Amino acid sequence: MPRLSWPPPWPLLLAAAGLLLLPWHYPQDGFALVSVWGEDADATSALAQAARHGRFWFWPALAALALCAAWPRALAPAVLGLAAVLAQALAVGVQGWSAPWLEALFGALDDRQFGIGLGGACTTLGFLWLTTGALARRGAFRGDRFVAGGVGLLALLILLFTAWPVLRLLAEMAAPREGFTAWASLAERLLDRKLLSLACVVQPVGCGVLWNTLLLAACSATGATLLGLCFALLVTRTGLPGRRALRMLTVLPLITPPFVIGLGLILLFGRAGLVNQAAEALFGWELGRWIYGFDGVFLAQVFAFTPTAFLVLIGVVEGISPAMEEAATMLRATRMRAFTSVALPLMLPGIANAWLVAFVESLTDFGNPVVLGGSFGVLSTEIFFAVVGAQQEFGRAAVLASVMLVVALGAFALQRRVVARRSYVSLTGKGDAGLPPQLPAPVRRAAMAVALPWAGLTVIVYAMALAGAFVKVWGRDWTPTLEHFRRAFALEWSAGGLIFSGGAWHSLGTTLLLAGIAAPITAAMGLLAAWLLARQDFRGRTLLEFALMLTFAVPGTVMGVAYILTFNLPPLELTGTAVILLACFVFRNLPVGVRSGLAAMSQLDRSLDEAALTLRASSFRVLRTVVLPLLKPAIVTALVYAFVRAVTTVSAVIFLVSAEYEMATVFIINRVINGDYGVAIAYCAVLILLMVGAVGLIQLLVGQRRLGRRAAVPA
Amino acid sequence: MSGGALTLEGVGKRYGVVRALKPLDLVVQPGTLVTLLGPSGCGKTTLLRLVAGLETATEGRILLGGQDVTQLAAGERNVSMVFQSYALFPHLNVLDNVAYGLVSSGVKRAEARLRAEATLGTVGLAGYGARLPSELSGGQQQRVAVARALVLEPELLLFDEPLSNLDTRLRRSMREEIRALQQRLGLTVLYVTHDQAEAMAISDRIVVLRDGAIAQAGTPRELYEQPASVFVAGFMGEANAVRARVLAVAAGQAEVALGALRLTLPARGCGPGEADLVVRPEAIRLGGAEPATVTRATYMGSHAEYVLATAHGPLLAMLPGGGEPHAAGSAVGFDIDPAGAVLIGQEKEEER
Repeated sequence: MPRLSWPPPWPLLLAAAGLLLLPWHYPQDGFALVSVWGEDADATSALAQAARHGRFWFWPALAALALCAAWPRALAPAVLGLAAVLAQALAVGVQGWSAPWLEALFGALDDRQFGIGLGGACTTLGFLWLTTGALARRGAFRGDRFVAGGVGLLALLILLFTAWPVLRLLAEMAAPREGFTAWASLAERLLDRKLLSLACVVQPVGCGVLWNTLLLAACSATGATLLGLCFALLVTRTGLPGRRALRMLTVLPLITPPFVIGLGLILLFGRAGLVNQAAEALFGWELGRWIYGFDGVFLAQVFAFTPTAFLVLIGVVEGISPAMEEAATMLRATRMRAFTSVALPLMLPGIANAWLVAFVESLTDFGNPVVLGGSFGVLSTEIFFAVVGAQQEFGRAAVLASVMLVVALGAFALQRRVVARRSYVSLTGKGDAGLPPQLPAPVRRAAMAVALPWAGLTVIVYAMALAGAFVKVWGRDWTPTLEHFRRAFALEWSAGGLIFSGGAWHSLGTTLLLAGIAAPITAAMGLLAAWLLARQDFRGRTLLEFALMLTFAVPGTVMGVAYILTFNLPPLELTGTAVILLACFVFRNLPVGVRSGLAAMSQLDRSLDEAALTLRASSFRVLRTVVLPLLKPAIVTALVYAFVRAVTTVSAVIFLVSAEYEMATVFIINRVINGDYGVAIAYCAVLILLMVGAVGLIQLLVGQRRLGRRAAVPA
Repeated sequence: MSGGALTLEGVGKRYGVVRALKPLDLVVQPGTLVTLLGPSGCGKTTLLRLVAGLETATEGRILLGGQDVTQLAAGERNVSMVFQSYALFPHLNVLDNVAYGLVSSGVKRAEARLRAEATLGTVGLAGYGARLPSELSGGQQQRVAVARALVLEPELLLFDEPLSNLDTRLRRSMREEIRALQQRLGLTVLYVTHDQAEAMAISDRIVVLRDGAIAQAGTPRELYEQPASVFVAGFMGEANAVRARVLAVAAGQAEVALGALRLTLPARGCGPGEADLVVRPEAIRLGGAEPATVTRATYMGSHAEYVLATAHGPLLAMLPGGGEPHAAGSAVGFDIDPAGAVLIGQEKEEER
């Protein structure tokens, strides 16, 4: 006999609200709650569509809701509900039944449906949590409903926003072309000369895009790693004055949009660049446009990724116990031998890791190749032009993106293995209080000879990039001006009040708003994931961890293409909306939240939450009252980083923007492509200032209080 | 100074204005094991690192076998060191770890391997050469570290708290092994620890350090039975410190009064008046003339511990075999076995 419990579990209320009260679809022209029972079928709730408009495919879900109300703790009705929602979403598309056998079964359908909206989302979540709750009651997840719900939510979101788009992208590769079968189309696209040609080995013509990309990534990664290593050694192993200033370099890639370096290089070495003009005026040399092509992109990428490699390698160099080299010197080794036979081998896995990080960064970089590449195409730019170009070759874009995905995943797998091997460094448990040894003199001299000029050059490139905002036309008319700022950020007073008449205000406002909405979601999801992975033990935990890691490895360009392919049509019709941008931000930046959460979590003793649990607190209460307050610094960090990265990203977003939701970086890229450097640079300057402010805010909020047990004042 | 294996003359160390080590003298005789003992921050590790050459003394001279090595780098001194963390090279196998020092000093690789193999046999690890350090247990890693230091046949072997990463039982057997090895091979060893029992068990001489200066040096028995200060007495085992009154001194023997109790003890330079008296817990006997109340009674199996409230402050008493039980709160008298009590010489306590 069914027993009605009161109050009903809140997931049931959520599912009921979604089915009965809220508009089921995502309305194309705004929505109003008053219309949920109205004449316009597409704006009404599921119940209304089923009862008033003859859309019978909603009845199974409504029936499942009734069953759930009768047995709110049972598993079967909840699973039925999920299945019913899924089935109706997939069964009816924009052109009626989405499969021939459905049409055969039910007859032709003179109806269609739009993408899922608020009601559909609420119902799905409600049924999901009813399912996980029922599973928890059966003893899964150690009977913890909060954990079960969290895992369910994460799994659903990863499926929807990573697994599905990526699979959709892979499927698109084989989309049949006119006159070809699926296999033939796939083969034709994969064996494309433009992708795989090796012609450049024997004659002076361009190679395939894949080889271009791999060569560029390998070169940039090697350059950036070498430079990063020099910087890391100088900062940690010498008494070099200004070491702290060098450390500031590590912040640069965080706060700068990815193409700023490219702009700076153009202003130095471009046709109207300072160096070119000086060379011509002083020596009559014609340097030409060498900066556009492989050399320029390579240079820009080394500039851009050296700080990243530096950041990774500082940790590597500092992670080597000073006792190791002290032991070597005690064993009669010279400083040089101690460095080459002990320190360097111990750093190798870390160096390999830094190289792979830089490799992937270069592989997925879009900003620098698009600004400096010229006719030198790499995967990311080719994908972009395939999508936005005249032909709209989605099949070709899918193939290129899939190739990029495979390379990125390969690099990622390699990196995981390399990092796993690193564990042998931490073999020695307790550290001796040794002094970090000084570099051998030849190594120190070499590092300084390489790193210091480079640091100077980096400063110059950045200075150029900023200075360009303040002259009329770089290279031709050096009159100082604020005109570019005025064009971008003009404010006018009129009868109606303040008017944001500058061209950049719209995109800046959208960017800040969306990044501001995405940041808390990213931080919350990241911390939830970190907590589940670090503190909870459940079946499928490794699977969830693996899925999350894979999400991190999907390049932005791939994600962008996959999203437009997937979310163009119902059941999730998000293209052109803010939701797709938000989803992109959240899933691209989730690693930041997860990592800072994991790092902070590992500082807090597990016995803390166990203590709270034995005091009869539920695990949600433990998370809220014990873990979260202790994680405040991690939360602030995740928030600000998620915000900053959302503002400065370009690779994925460029596919997803629309006239209504334009992002700052895309606005700038378009100005650069049009050769309108002044406004682009002025805008960059404003963005950098904003980001410096944001990062400064973290330092202010988090820098002071280091939480954790080790914070005790040394005796 | 006479020809010790190691001689320190006025060696001190400052870091800027901070004085880590006051100038001190120390001699280590060949074939002996000398322990530097003290609480954390007392300067014992600094002293060891000065001798090793990992840091340079800011004053004084360090002589190794009569040769001045004060300004020599670590690799140029004929000393070896076993690190607290062992500092085994994780990317080299055991044999290459042990042979590392020989190869560095120019021995042919093949010969270095042979000698390393032999030394591994000495520490009981023959046949382990091909393994990586991470494949060994803590105790085995410790032995590899010792072998790596031994293979260079140094004039002086340094140990920096080598047992602190091992569990209690292993620590006991390893310290006996180190002592046996040292005596069998006639090694000269300078050994740092903060564990008093470990120091007593393995040392020929112990140097107790406090605040960067030597508090007292001597054999383990001297330090325990004739501590120079309340600090040393407390550091060398359980001790009760009380203020007592010296009534009279005759022929080096002092007549000491503690409340109603009268003791005759070696004067150790004390004149009539107030003096510090150190009483070992096992020297307190219950049922004596001086009044006391039991505030806590603990049965420990082999003995019983009592905390007594007395006119001289709380005292800890240990009675062998448990004795007849006294409940907390019961009033008992006590007296003192003179064999377990010692006067602290006045002139030694100039510090604080």
